[in-house]
Amino acid sequence: MGVGIEVKNLNAWFGKAHALKDINMRIPTNQATAIIGPSGCGKSTYVRCLNRMHETIPEATVEGMVHVGDFNVYGRQTSAVDVRRRIGMVFQKPNPFPAYSIYDNVAAGLKLNGFRKRRELDQVVERSLGQAALWDEVKDVLHKKSGASLSGGQQQRLCIARALAVEPEVLLMDEPASALDPISTGKIEELIFQLKEQYTVVIVTHNMQQAARVADWTGFFLMGSLIEFDRTERIFTTPSDKRTEDYITGRFG
Amino acid sequence: MPNIRELSLSRRIKNHFATGVAIGASVLVLAPLLAIFGYLVYKGIGSINIAFLTETPKPVGEAGGGMANAIVGSALILGIGSLVGVPLGIGAGIYVAEIGRGTFAKVVRFTADVLNGVPSIVIGMAVYALVVIRQSHFSAGAGGIALGIMMIPTIARTTEEMLLMVPHTIREAALGLGIPQWRTTLSIALRTAASGVITGVMLAFARVAGETAPLLFTAFGNQFWNLNPNEPTAALPLQIFVYAISPFDEWHKQAWAGSLVLITLIVGAVFMVRLATSRGMMKGARN
Repeated sequence: MGVGIEVKNLNAWFGKAHALKDINMRIPTNQATAIIGPSGCGKSTYVRCLNRMHETIPEATVEGMVHVGDFNVYGRQTSAVDVRRRIGMVFQKPNPFPAYSIYDNVAAGLKLNGFRKRRELDQVVERSLGQAALWDEVKDVLHKKSGASLSGGQQQRLCIARALAVEPEVLLMDEPASALDPISTGKIEELIFQLKEQYTVVIVTHNMQQAARVADWTGFFLMGSLIEFDRTERIFTTPSDKRTEDYITGRFG
Repeated sequence: MPNIRELSLSRRIKNHFATGVAIGASVLVLAPLLAIFGYLVYKGIGSINIAFLTETPKPVGEAGGGMANAIVGSALILGIGSLVGVPLGIGAGIYVAEIGRGTFAKVVRFTADVLNGVPSIVIGMAVYALVVIRQSHFSAGAGGIALGIMMIPTIARTTEEMLLMVPHTIREAALGLGIPQWRTTLSIALRTAASGVITGVMLAFARVAGETAPLLFTAFGNQFWNLNPNEPTAALPLQIFVYAISPFDEWHKQAWAGSLVLITLIVGAVFMVRLATSRGMMKGARN
């Protein structure tokens, strides 16, 4: 089961550049939430703050509170490694491990954390690839083919399977379909529909149609601020902020 | 692209000329290597027999004998050298590529470059002063340390360059899975770069395998069998050196044979590692 995310007064910087300004948001459990906004508005930075990937960039800093369920992401005793095991992430460009087979790509999160029970790993790999709708396409070449030998769309589903294998509570997707063709994009979107039954999904997207198709809730970011956050149909039909309306209708951005 | 036959005569001539120059250059590169190897075979093959590969040298004036102790001694010294050079080199490469961002990393990089340019005999002198004099005897260990030090800069710089070629997105993927930083560096970044790193290690290995100068006053040489790393030990390049400058015809022949064996062993070792990595014994070393 997924859990909700509560964000309070979140601020983030790159050196002195203030990238996120006082973000407050309640991301609901087991629903898909889309983050939209023009390039450079802080969408990616925002989701990277949720699983503490932001701090892997030199000189990047963050302040504020993030709770995933009752787990304090920025608690004093919390390690970033624990956070990232609870909150899976899929990136914009498919990034399978080129030196690993398909099987080892999916099993990496468990194996490299010391989990070595062969039979259980087999089950996890089959289940995760099944959830990512990739099992039928790769089940005969699990050990023979490298993760990098797949097509772009398959690679991205492999990355989703890899993220699901560690059984996260939340799945963050940073423009997961922007490097893919329309058919692969459609498969990823279908997947999001199924995944949100078990996980809380947050998806960053440039594509407003995509947000409208897959998301239950949508947040609109502009220049580091959260302008509006509401049910998707409200955002796309009767937004309360003029700037949201301008962006949705294509008047800028 | 138009068919080459439809092009004007002058362009066809230019094309043939440029292709010819490229082929000529390739042949010129291969020629010395083939010539050296061919001449070694011609001079040395006659003296290679079972005795040469299984016996220790005979005293001056006696015919026969071999370099078996030097072959084994070289393996021992190179083994020690690799134990010193490979971990330090790869460790330094990881540091400058993945961890060090500031001045210290620059100092390490600069030091590696300088070390690369230090003449091998000077490294031999340094190890003589620091190890041999303190222990008051020559040893395979001292020779290994000298060769190991020589391996470090090559391995460190290739490791660094190979790691920098691994896309950042792959490291992010690993961190995003909750894999700790050290695991990401070793099992993801280094493993993705493994093929190039192994090439660097083999390059460094092949280069020091033929070194004579740093062994002159460290491993020193030995006429007898020795497997104790704490004792003076024979090495192929040393034995070749001693035999080649001797006044005896018999020894000259053995020096040629020793050179042939040395080259064959180096090429063989490089080939074996390549084979091992391509057969998946070191899984993931390929890209």
